[in-house]
Amino acid sequence: MSDGSDANGRPWNLRESYLFDRAVIAEIQRAAREGIYDIRGFGAKRRVPHFDDLLLLGASVSRYPLEGYRERCDTDVVLGTRHAKTPLHLRIPITIAGMSFGALSAPAKEALGRGASEVGTSTTTGDGGMTPEERGHSKLLVYQLLPSRYGMNPDDLRKADAIEVVVGQGAKPGGGGMLLGHKISDRVAEMRDLPKGIDQRSASRHPDWTGPDDLEIKIGELREITDWEKPIFVKVGATRTYYDVQLAVKAGADVIVVDGMQGGTAATQDVFIEHVGIPTLPAVRLAVDALQELDMHRKVQLIVSGGIRSGADVAKALALGADAVSIGTAALIAMGDNSPEYEREYAKIGSSAGYYDDWQAGRDPVGISTQDDELAARFDPELGGRRIANYLRVLTLEAQTLARACGKTHVLNLEPEDLVALTIEAAAMARVPLAGTDWIPGAERSL
Amino acid sequence: MTANAPEATAVEVVDLAVTPLRELNGRLHELARDGAGPRHWRVVNPNGAHAVACGLDAELEVEIEGHVGYYCAGMNKLATVRVHGNAGPGLAENIMSGRVLVDGSASQYAGATGRGGLIVVQGDASSRCGISMKGVDIVVRGSVGHMSAFMAQRGRLVVCGDAGEALGDSLYEAHLYVAGEVAGLGADCVEKPMRDEHVEELRGLLADAGVDDVDPASFRRYGSARQLYTFKVDNAAAY
Repeated sequence: MSDGSDANGRPWNLRESYLFDRAVIAEIQRAAREGIYDIRGFGAKRRVPHFDDLLLLGASVSRYPLEGYRERCDTDVVLGTRHAKTPLHLRIPITIAGMSFGALSAPAKEALGRGASEVGTSTTTGDGGMTPEERGHSKLLVYQLLPSRYGMNPDDLRKADAIEVVVGQGAKPGGGGMLLGHKISDRVAEMRDLPKGIDQRSASRHPDWTGPDDLEIKIGELREITDWEKPIFVKVGATRTYYDVQLAVKAGADVIVVDGMQGGTAATQDVFIEHVGIPTLPAVRLAVDALQELDMHRKVQLIVSGGIRSGADVAKALALGADAVSIGTAALIAMGDNSPEYEREYAKIGSSAGYYDDWQAGRDPVGISTQDDELAARFDPELGGRRIANYLRVLTLEAQTLARACGKTHVLNLEPEDLVALTIEAAAMARVPLAGTDWIPGAERSL
Repeated sequence: MTANAPEATAVEVVDLAVTPLRELNGRLHELARDGAGPRHWRVVNPNGAHAVACGLDAELEVEIEGHVGYYCAGMNKLATVRVHGNAGPGLAENIMSGRVLVDGSASQYAGATGRGGLIVVQGDASSRCGISMKGVDIVVRGSVGHMSAFMAQRGRLVVCGDAGEALGDSLYEAHLYVAGEVAGLGADCVEKPMRDEHVEELRGLLADAGVDDVDPASFRRYGSARQLYTFKVDNAAAY
């Protein structure tokens, strides 16, 4: 402004601290007032190296592109080919990540199933068991075996199309869960065998196995119970990814799911979300390294999650060696979470569209992350399902567009050679050259 | 492979020294699917195998002659499984219904997350017996190890001997009865008065488990103080 102030009327000579910015000041004062750490939903909000820091090298003279609207670029993927009698055939390499009934409303879970089924992919249960609505509307449903074992039963195990042993998740590797009491409705309480209205803790370790040797035996039991029909996934939060993936493969997993630190959560301490785990970008590289080292790449399939938003993210994850990706936060946003349409409602609960992360609170005006019947009734599962399907189609079309430009007849044919990095950090983490150079920082160590 | 027992006993005998485990479990599962077939099974030479007779879902009697490894009778429904020996970790984990009876002792995590049914261990059970139990009844003639009934949600754990450290840590609504010494109680687990209705509850449980030589009135009862049901910063030291 001409009077020497900014648009908010603040004089230009005022300088905000980088270290103690307004968000930090607000959190210190909140902590001092309330005496308890901040629990929230969503995923990491800090900037970390990500797929945005990579670029694809489209074809030119040295490579042939495919015609965008004429030549096929396939997208199907088969998961669980290692041991399962009935592997999972997906039409697209994008799945819906595990999110619990309890964290999400029943209509939201139904919408995820509807959308995924429409485009031929799978959805996943969560830390609350399997609901009939979810099973009924999901052609392909992955059933999670979590430390809490809420709702776990052999009937649902057999109804599932695959089983996912959850060791950890990207938002809180090494951490358990907490579903706060105000989201514990009668139905949620009954499914979890707990009293209504109390805070429900989920353990951080499985109750009946410890370590990779036990995991192998546990996987063996799950196979015996289901007569070796179902693919068995093992999901880990990204930390010591190279070792975790190798141990999971040795324990007999058919599919490994690696969830980077940007992966979402329904309710976790902010300090955990922002400070534990490694980003998705290096996690993919480490996971692929581990699989290649064991000569199991493409034999044990790799699903990557944590911050997948666009077809570009999908294409880059596949190019680094993933067989599929998984979306959670983006799926909720596709269904209407954080929509400006609800700005007035967000304001009433002290938030704003684009910022809302209080998924733990159960007051979601859109009706997704709630167990309040009135709020949940606002959410139309058919419309939500259409939006999920539309979004998944767009991700797929985008990934195909990029793959064709790189001359690939299948999105899984994308490879690290199709990538360069924009930053030194991303080049080192993804182990692809810095754009315009042949330099891969750190690669010389192995020479 | 398998040999039919004489008609008079109608017992199907499976020798795990020659029959693959997968075949045994597969045959037992088929009985739930089509209903036809032998109802009484005898498994010989288990030799510590894991996941023996897991995932059953029919009213069968399965006798296992020897020791078993991990997860014997895991996720059992309806069936009665008796182990004439010791059981490894995770005995009858997530049991839904039916009975699992062990003549010897059981290793750690016996009855973990069980949602129904009855488990009876004639010997001792190791650490974390009844961890995260969700409705199962467990009767242990001997003692249990540390962290037993950790985060136990529902159901009843009866220990005729002693209990190790941190019994019932972070307990929810499960009922715990111990006749002997308790080395220590876990967070939010407290001793509660043994009223007449509890003596009666225990008497029924013991009778159901075939235990008739201990006096239910000699047990002490433990349950949740319910102080950790809602996360409060004042309780931070307890976590």
